[in-house]
Amino acid sequence: MQRISVQSEDFDVGAEYRRLCSDAPGAGAVATFCGLVRDYHDAGSSDAVRELQLEHYPGMTERCIGECLRQAQQRWKLLAVRVIHRVGSLRPGEQIVFVGVASHHRADALQAASFIMDSLKSEAPLWKKQCSSSGEEWIDIRDSDREALSRWSAAAE
Amino acid sequence: MLQIHYFASVREALGRGEEQLELPAGVTTVAELVGHLREADAAFDRLHEGSRPVLVAVNQVVANRLGKIADGDEIAFFPPMSGG
Repeated sequence: MQRISVQSEDFDVGAEYRRLCSDAPGAGAVATFCGLVRDYHDAGSSDAVRELQLEHYPGMTERCIGECLRQAQQRWKLLAVRVIHRVGSLRPGEQIVFVGVASHHRADALQAASFIMDSLKSEAPLWKKQCSSSGEEWIDIRDSDREALSRWSAAAE
Repeated sequence: MLQIHYFASVREALGRGEEQLELPAGVTTVAELVGHLREADAAFDRLHEGSRPVLVAVNQVVANRLGKIADGDEIAFFPPMSGG
């Protein structure tokens, strides 16, 4: 069972956790990750972020996240997966992304959730624009995000 | 006819999010289409001289320069992804 949503609305982590549990009745582990909008970005100036605008490529985003999940299903034994990515206008402190994985054991759930986050950051067609008092700026992927993903390919060899 | 989409910084630099384009004569690959658009549109050409790479997707799959293009395809140009 896997569910993918790209949406402007906020989400309820507790409700998503409960749904993962009911989607995966035999699960012994549920790992959840929730990303929040930071009020700064270290590549930019020290200006506080007022707003983050998330743009995406409808259709391709869902397809790419689906591909990340397919790769995760091949590597780990997963019972249910849930990914939510918000788009549109977000403010610091708001929830932006959710990854939840249910599995028999914690190692599969934790590793798969981490892999899914690393791969969707680099592979799914989503773009962040940061708005602060000094203006608007498109955010570039960090080198550390690229390295985080390449670690998984090294681990597969 | 090609359906072309532009996203994020590419969309802003060009001032449009999508357009339709008659498949230009002799264009069969991504590299050939990019070459055609760079000649036809100065703003598109400038994008390729900038520091931020321009990625291409054909029918919603990221393609390299050798990727094939055919009539009816959906093409998209965008900067490197920065979601999550």
